[in-house]
Amino acid sequence: MAVPAQAAFGGGFADPAIEAARAFRAAMNVMAKPGEIRTLDTAVPPAPLSAAAGTLLLTLCDPETGVYLAGPCDTAELRGWLAFHTGAPVVAAAEADFAVGTWDDLQPLDQFRIGEAEYPDRSATLIVEVAALQPEGAALRGPGIKDVAHLSLPDLTAFQGNAMLYPLGLDFFFTCGGQVAALPRSTQVAEG
Amino acid sequence: MSDYNFAYLDEQTKRMIRRAILKGLAVPGYQVPFASREMPMPYGWGTGGVQVSAAALTPEDTFKVIDQGSDDTTNAVSIRKFFEKTAGVAVTEETEKATVIQTRHRIPEAALTEDQILVYQVPIPEPLRFLEPRETETRKMHSLEEYGLMHVKLYEDISQHGAIATSYAYPVKVADRYVMDPSPIPKFDNPKLEMAAIQLFGAGREQRIYAVPPYTPVVSLDFEDYPFEATKADHPCDLCGAEDSYLDEVILDDAGNRMFVCSDSDYCRCRREAGHVGRLGVETAA
Repeated sequence: MAVPAQAAFGGGFADPAIEAARAFRAAMNVMAKPGEIRTLDTAVPPAPLSAAAGTLLLTLCDPETGVYLAGPCDTAELRGWLAFHTGAPVVAAAEADFAVGTWDDLQPLDQFRIGEAEYPDRSATLIVEVAALQPEGAALRGPGIKDVAHLSLPDLTAFQGNAMLYPLGLDFFFTCGGQVAALPRSTQVAEG
Repeated sequence: MSDYNFAYLDEQTKRMIRRAILKGLAVPGYQVPFASREMPMPYGWGTGGVQVSAAALTPEDTFKVIDQGSDDTTNAVSIRKFFEKTAGVAVTEETEKATVIQTRHRIPEAALTEDQILVYQVPIPEPLRFLEPRETETRKMHSLEEYGLMHVKLYEDISQHGAIATSYAYPVKVADRYVMDPSPIPKFDNPKLEMAAIQLFGAGREQRIYAVPPYTPVVSLDFEDYPFEATKADHPCDLCGAEDSYLDEVILDDAGNRMFVCSDSDYCRCRREAGHVGRLGVETAA
C-alpha cells in the first residue's frame, strides 16, 4: 500500500498516556451527559476525518476492536493511519465495535450489532461526522440529563427506534471539527 | 512521579476499561464484564475501584479516597499514596476540592457536583448472587427483567423480622430497568445515589464494571405497605453534634460506654472547624 509516510505516521498523540486520559474524560463526560458538547481535538487524522473523530479512535481503539470505515472515510491514508497508531483491524459493518462516517454513509443502521439480551454491551458505537453540532434542536430526556437537553441531531425517528430497543441498541458519538457530543441508547429523543 | 506509566496501568488495559465504562454509562446499572488485571494489592482491597480510577484519572485531577467515610484508614491511605506516586495527581481530604473520589462503602455526606466523579469499590456486584449462585442464571434473570426473587427475599425479611432487615448493599432499580447492587453502602446512603456526579462501580475480583450517569432515577426496592426507610443510629454525632450524618459506634471502655461519631471524617472535621461541638467534643481554638 503506497501511503505517504507523513500521512500515516503523523497526527497521533505526542504523549499517549496523558492525552488519551484527557480525551477519554471528555468522551466519558459527553456519554454520561447526553447533549453536552466538549472539545476533543488532540489528533490530526488524514482527511476526511475530523480531529474529534480521530481522537476518539486513538483513545478507544486497539487490536481488540474492529473498526468500520463508512463510504468515503475508507481511504488508504486513513487505513494506514489507523493501523500505525492503533493496530485496529478494519472490518465489515456487521462485526464492527466502532464505525465512523457521515450519517448517510452509515445507513442502514440495522447492519450494526445492537448487543444480545444477556450482553447488551456487545454492541457497536457509531462515530457520526456531522456538519454542525449545536445545543439546540431535538429534546433529550433520560439518564445523565437533569430535565431536558437539546442537541442538533441528523435524524429523529432513527434515534427513537434505537431507544425502543433498550437495553439493546447502538451508542453514538457526534463529531464536528474539534467538538464531540454523544447519545447513548438510554436517551429518549423527541422533537425540540 | 515515578517510572510507572501514567496511573500504573498500561495503555491497552486502560482502553479496555474505558470501553467498558462507556458501555456501562450507556446502559445504567448493567454489569459490563471486563478483563480485570492483577494489581499490586490483594483482591478485596479495592482493585476494581483502583482500575476504574486509573482509567478515569487525568494529571489535572485532585484525588480523594475514603474507606467507610474516613480518609485515614489503611485502605484509603494506601490507595491515595498509590495514585500520588503512579499518576502524580494532587490529593485532598476535602470532599468539595476533589474531582475524583474513590470510596469504599460510603457516599460522602456533602452533596457532590456535576464536575465530580465517584468511584466505588465493589466486592460482589451481582445483587442476585446470594439468591442464585449461577452466573448463567442471574444473567438470564437480568435479561428477562425477572426480579421476583429479590422481592421474595425482602418479603421474607418482613415475615421474619417485621421489617426489611437488609441494612447495607440494599438493592436498587436503576433507570427503571436493571436491579443493581449499590456496593455495601449503608441504606442510609441510598437516597444519595440520585446525584449530580458520575458514579462508576468497579469489581476487580468479579471482573465487572457498571455505572450510573448523573440524575439517573435510582429507586430502592420496597413494598407499598413497607416503604424503604433510610436508617441510622438514633444519636447526634458526639464530636460535632451533627444529626443528619451516618454514625459509627465506638466502644470506649469495658464498662459499656460508647460514643457515636460521623463516619464521614471530612464532614465531621468541617463542622467542628465551623464551631459545632457534640457531647464529647472539645472547643477547637478558632
